[in-house]
Amino acid sequence: MATKSQDVETLVKKEYAHGFVTEIDADTVAPGLNEDVIRLISHKKNEPEWLLEWRLKAYRHWLTMEEPKWAHVHYNPIDFQEISYYSAPKSTNDAPKSLDEVDPKLLETYEKLGIPLHEQKMLAGVAVDAVFDSVSVATTFKKKLAEAGVIFCPFSEAVQEHPELVKKYLGSVVPAADNFYAALNSAVFTDGSFCYIPKNTRCPMELSTYFRINASKTGQFERTLIVADEGSHVSYLEGCTAPMRDENQLHAAVVELIALDNATIKYSTVQNWYPGDENGKGGIYNFVTKRGDCRGVNSHISWTQVETGSAITWKYPSCLLKGDNSVGEFYSVAVTNNYQQADTGTKMIHLGKNTRSTIISKGISAGHGQNAYRGLVKISKNAANARNYTQCDSLLMGDRCGAHTFPYIEARNASAQVEHEATTSKIGDDQLFYCMQRGIAEEDAVHMIVNGFCKEVFKELPMEFAVEAQKLLSVTLEGAVG
Amino acid sequence: MLEIKNLHVTIDGKMILKGLDLKVNAGEVHAIMGPNGSGKSTLANVLAGRDGYVVTDGTITYQGKNLVEMAPEVRACEGIFLAFQYPVEIPGVNNIYMLKAAMNAIRAYRGEPPLDAVEFLNLIKEKVKLVNLKEELLNRSVNEGFSGGEKKRNEIFQMAVLEPKLAILDETDSGLDIDALKTVAEGVNSLRHHDRAIIIVTHYQRLLNYIVPDQVHVLSDGKIIKSGHRELALQLEEKGYEWVKQEAAAA
Repeated sequence: MATKSQDVETLVKKEYAHGFVTEIDADTVAPGLNEDVIRLISHKKNEPEWLLEWRLKAYRHWLTMEEPKWAHVHYNPIDFQEISYYSAPKSTNDAPKSLDEVDPKLLETYEKLGIPLHEQKMLAGVAVDAVFDSVSVATTFKKKLAEAGVIFCPFSEAVQEHPELVKKYLGSVVPAADNFYAALNSAVFTDGSFCYIPKNTRCPMELSTYFRINASKTGQFERTLIVADEGSHVSYLEGCTAPMRDENQLHAAVVELIALDNATIKYSTVQNWYPGDENGKGGIYNFVTKRGDCRGVNSHISWTQVETGSAITWKYPSCLLKGDNSVGEFYSVAVTNNYQQADTGTKMIHLGKNTRSTIISKGISAGHGQNAYRGLVKISKNAANARNYTQCDSLLMGDRCGAHTFPYIEARNASAQVEHEATTSKIGDDQLFYCMQRGIAEEDAVHMIVNGFCKEVFKELPMEFAVEAQKLLSVTLEGAVG
Repeated sequence: MLEIKNLHVTIDGKMILKGLDLKVNAGEVHAIMGPNGSGKSTLANVLAGRDGYVVTDGTITYQGKNLVEMAPEVRACEGIFLAFQYPVEIPGVNNIYMLKAAMNAIRAYRGEPPLDAVEFLNLIKEKVKLVNLKEELLNRSVNEGFSGGEKKRNEIFQMAVLEPKLAILDETDSGLDIDALKTVAEGVNSLRHHDRAIIIVTHYQRLLNYIVPDQVHVLSDGKIIKSGHRELALQLEEKGYEWVKQEAAAA
């Protein structure tokens, strides 16, 4: 409960700060997965026939697939029949017309998370699409965005209101059969965010989605689709939390970004799913497929992620650099403490001419944490003058954690320039002692050194997120040294 | 201010200091000299509270308090400053940001309010002149890409800002050319003060040409075997350490 968790929070600061459960009436489908469940989900969402068929096709393909095993992560097999694939807060059955109609307990939850949902947040210039379990609850600032012609709404609403856009772009970057978890998501996804920026439009504010898994034994399978039409620009923020539970919960999202000619998409994530306790019990399995398609010339997609949560993080936000002169960027901080595992990185697929990509990855391992960077830079035959710069730095705290780097480079064009730099350092006893000898307490010194290590990535985050990311980092690593 | 009695210190089980005695009063400058491996840097590190240096016997009393029991950051807040022999690089951490954090940690320990940005910058501007540190280095990452001389100047600059009561300079002269040595020495001299003590750990006496010590001690095999005045340093330069060792052995 809420107040209890706050007491705990003050007692033991390093405990997971977002580990409260909200008690609300939920409409949850019994655990299990079969075609009927998919039909039920589709029916509940009043979906058109084509989408149901798309789901079923994905499901049938998924049945033929095997769970991939190549990642540097270890976990017990997931029983997909144990998971409930749909959980909606009941009160949204007759959808709220305004914030006043949203279950006050939900709003309270958002307050606790510090999500800007009220009008006052207009000042912050943030529009939020909040996904609570499986259904988008409330989207703010729709009107202001609508004036600019920007569509930003829950995915299920986009299916109803803008079916032509959804149909055109859904699965065009991450095909339904792309991989095991993407296929599962395509079959059962319940909601997510949809965003369309019209031609030559600069989105007037940062767009933001907040995800939270609340109900127990539910999976969260959201789907995000962002289309930036020619000459447009958008910055999108994504944050995630989940309550503390003993069992593991699965989060298998798909994010698709499409940038047409001269368009820019900046996608920032601060991921703080519940990581499990200090013995590795519980926590979220975060198996996510994120891919951006630089479809047009001079297009630009930038991924920035700060991954502090989840028991297991397994994801590779990638860029397909199709358009000539397109640019892909990946800035990542991944932290593993206690028994957390992360296998994350990116794929930069250079297809067009003069395409450029930058990869800056910072892995921090503490406790028994295992942190792997896995990245592919592929220069195809026609990608003349492609450039890539990759920098992977790992920071180890203590002597029971691990850092692993798996870079893959495939260059099929002789004019390509690919640079890779990698460093692994231990958080220096020397560095710590130096700071402490100047009067700085150990925890503060660790915080300072780690933030310095991550600086190149944090500077890519929007201001508010950068502050949150720094705080998260210090909470995650509290007690990691000494 | 500082009184060390019969100090025994081990590192990885190996005895390095074997019954060291030293007394330093406020306002004094002491030079600790000795051949390589005599325990000079061990003394500097044990005073600063570095991990891995185990005091197995003896006492260190600093301003009437038992220093051995204090955490390193508490020692710093109590006014002990170590100018490192090898200042470390901390990538991504701004040089003056760290110094400000240090300053305000020490002020908080003393119950003083933190300095605001303007007050701090004024202080920095004043002190940076003392050691002739290039201003561009202030906003770089701590010691990252600094030359050997710049690192040592940065140490003395930090000392000037933090105004310690007891400063320990560990081989501050090593790796400095003569101009840098003079500048650093001038910086240190300007910090000589009647309620501040300075311990200079050095292998060579040349720094003592510019910072004239009140006392010189010869450290050999973990003990101070001879103490004297400035002339002792000159004798050491002329004759080496061997004769002191023999004299001590004979006694």
